Amino acid sequence: MGLFILRRLGVMLLTAVCLTFIVFWLTNLGPNLEKLAKTQGNARMSDDAVVSWLENRGYSQPLPVKYGQWLGVLPGYVIEGTDGETRARCQEPGQPVEDASSFCGILQGDWGFSTVFKDEVGSIVATRLALTGKLMFWVMMVMVPGALIIGVLAGMREGSRTDRSLSTVSIVSTATPEYVSGVVFISVFATATFGMQWFKGTATAAMDDANFENFFLPVITIALYGMGYIARMTRASMTEVMTAQYIRTARLKGVSFPKIVLKHALRNALIAPFTVIMLQFPWLLNGVVIVETLFNYKGFGWVLVQAAGNNDIELLLGVSIVSVFVVLVTQLISDIGYVFLNPRIRIS
Amino acid sequence: MEALTWTGSLGAILNPALTLLVSLLVVAMIAQFILGFFAAPMTLQSNPDGTLEARGGALGLAETGVKWLFFATLAVVVAYIIVPLVMPYGSAGIIGEMSKRFLPVWIALVVLFVVSIMYKRKLGLYGKLFDSTIGMIGFGLVMFWVFTALFVGMFDMIATHDYLSQVSGLKNKTPGVPVPEGTAGDIPHYLLGGDNLARDIFSRMVTGSVFVIAIAPLATIFAFMVGITLGLPAGFYGGKLDTFLSFVANLILAFPVILLFYLLVTPEIVLTGIPSYMAAFLFIFPLIFFGVLLNSRYYTQPAKRTAILVPVIGVLGWLYLSIINQKGTVIDFLPAWLDLFDISILVVFVSVVFVNAPTVFRIVRGLTLDLRTRDYVAAAQTRGEGAWYIMLWEILPNARGPLIVDFCLRIGYTTILLGTLGFFGLGLSSESPDWGSTINEGRKLLLIFAHPALPPAIALLSLVLGLNLLADGLREESLKD
Repeated sequence: MGLFILRRLGVMLLTAVCLTFIVFWLTNLGPNLEKLAKTQGNARMSDDAVVSWLENRGYSQPLPVKYGQWLGVLPGYVIEGTDGETRARCQEPGQPVEDASSFCGILQGDWGFSTVFKDEVGSIVATRLALTGKLMFWVMMVMVPGALIIGVLAGMREGSRTDRSLSTVSIVSTATPEYVSGVVFISVFATATFGMQWFKGTATAAMDDANFENFFLPVITIALYGMGYIARMTRASMTEVMTAQYIRTARLKGVSFPKIVLKHALRNALIAPFTVIMLQFPWLLNGVVIVETLFNYKGFGWVLVQAAGNNDIELLLGVSIVSVFVVLVTQLISDIGYVFLNPRIRIS
Repeated sequence: MEALTWTGSLGAILNPALTLLVSLLVVAMIAQFILGFFAAPMTLQSNPDGTLEARGGALGLAETGVKWLFFATLAVVVAYIIVPLVMPYGSAGIIGEMSKRFLPVWIALVVLFVVSIMYKRKLGLYGKLFDSTIGMIGFGLVMFWVFTALFVGMFDMIATHDYLSQVSGLKNKTPGVPVPEGTAGDIPHYLLGGDNLARDIFSRMVTGSVFVIAIAPLATIFAFMVGITLGLPAGFYGGKLDTFLSFVANLILAFPVILLFYLLVTPEIVLTGIPSYMAAFLFIFPLIFFGVLLNSRYYTQPAKRTAILVPVIGVLGWLYLSIINQKGTVIDFLPAWLDLFDISILVVFVSVVFVNAPTVFRIVRGLTLDLRTRDYVAAAQTRGEGAWYIMLWEILPNARGPLIVDFCLRIGYTTILLGTLGFFGLGLSSESPDWGSTINEGRKLLLIFAHPALPPAIALLSLVLGLNLLADGLREESLKD
């Protein structure tokens, strides 16, 4: 077991390094840097000016060197610019070059500086992540119990009317991407078009003070898309358990049906959905980006859109590290959790 | 010209009937659902798993009620569609006029269903689809949009106005608004109103279907070609190749899709030529697939093989070169007379294929791992067949069931991805009538004008829902064998 976790961690680390390198490479491509120079410096820079602007700020170093510096395994650059000013990567604003530390990267806890928000990437990511965490918490609170109940009810009597109607409901919910359900919900429940103006169409106010009126629509929009998938997985696992021998034995013993479902079937039926719920996190990240854009909730997904739209390299890298980390950790948890929950599987 | 109402004179009779029937249906369905847990025993019904179950009484009544109320509601809905066809212009309201515009689609659908149901026993898996209600509904929804795209794209039939022309005074106007005298167009109304640039929403919605119906299945086919060509050897050989390919697939899958889109689908990245190189890499796989497929079958008869292989590879190679060859990008070497077409949205196409291919790879790899231990594989190995023959002619045909089901689901997912791209305004021009972009345009003023964003949203929903239902029906029917 220990070896298994260790190997998974190794693969995870390798994946994280590869992914961040890909993001680093894509954001540091020539045209992107040129755009960065023009937005940061002067929109009407000549080509020579762009080149020297980039050289002075260390962007023209070879890609592996830049990546090493960003990661914190290579010492940060100290470049005497063509304009006579000496700049160092690790220089704090206002700090003399000589006092700057030689290493500053992710490993030293220095995430860099956002060019769009004019703030430390670390603090931006932390505050935005907290806001998205609040959203995700409520999404999970709605989605997981809802999906499990639908799945168990549908799966306990396979082929019954209840099963068929609930399965159709879950198909409909998987077929509704967030940008469709969000738009439909807003126009039905937040505008006067249908006379049902019950909720707020934006969630900006929910960042400080979330209540039912302004937070329900974004939460239900994300929850709905994931719910159908988890419900179908739960149903599949429940129907499988219900045909097992021990359930038949319990029936023949004369145990009542609700008792069979709750005491005998439920626990075994919930192993597979656990994995699925964990693997839903990467998908939920998509939903978060769409919903935060749609409802103007300035969380993590909104920052991703801002960073990517403005080629804010360091912020984008910070955002991608966090999202890649979330994806990989949930994969790891789902693998380990599956082994722990299911005694039939033993890692040799 | 007066503005159109939603249902016109037809609504006087049908609207109260529909309201009554729908509310009764909802009540009956809730009653049936609740009774499902506390059913009073009356008759016995045998379940597929060999158990007996009590049925009837109040529950049986509710079930019969739901059935008949559903049919009655369906009849009213069909009446909304059919009756306006014989009524003069304008008297049947917006819904009636839309139904008239879709007349060619209705005819095509009816013909298709009648013919298919007549010959369903001779049509294999496709015919079996018509045994399942869910599958038929899904197929109907999908074919509705396929026919719409066909008639709009090829015969220019359904759309009422030009999807790009703006008519002054119709900005954000509500559905059924009359257009000013002398405006070009087939009918004197904007059926679903005008958007924020005063263009006809109805025409934009039906034109948008052409984009989706053309791109989504094609991108899915390419993703399948890549996934199959790489997944078969990974599952069959295992070992280092499998470890490497699976690692790469997991790498791509660990990327949040939206981040990937934002990184790949920008004008700056197009400038660097990365999408062109990716296209050159990804689109070669169909060529490899068909080359190996035919070669592994006919290599014992060189004359026949050459006769088949040369034209196939020739045509595919030409198509391949035409696709990757784009004016003004890094790959631009073909003379213009040889270049069949220029795809302006190559980057969208490439990124959608790129995102989908790893999942297909994983599915194919899993199926191959399962199927390679079968007896017919051992038999083929004993016969001395080559590895690629076994993979492509023994394993692949036996994996077709799950792959067909996944193909339907994946077209739906691709449609969602294309919508996501449009929603974030990535890679598509803002004028583009595709559903994602139109939703994006509409959502900006959503709290003031809800009507521009709803039609494309519902259109996209119905297409994806149709594909999912179709996949569900296919899965159910293919499991019955």
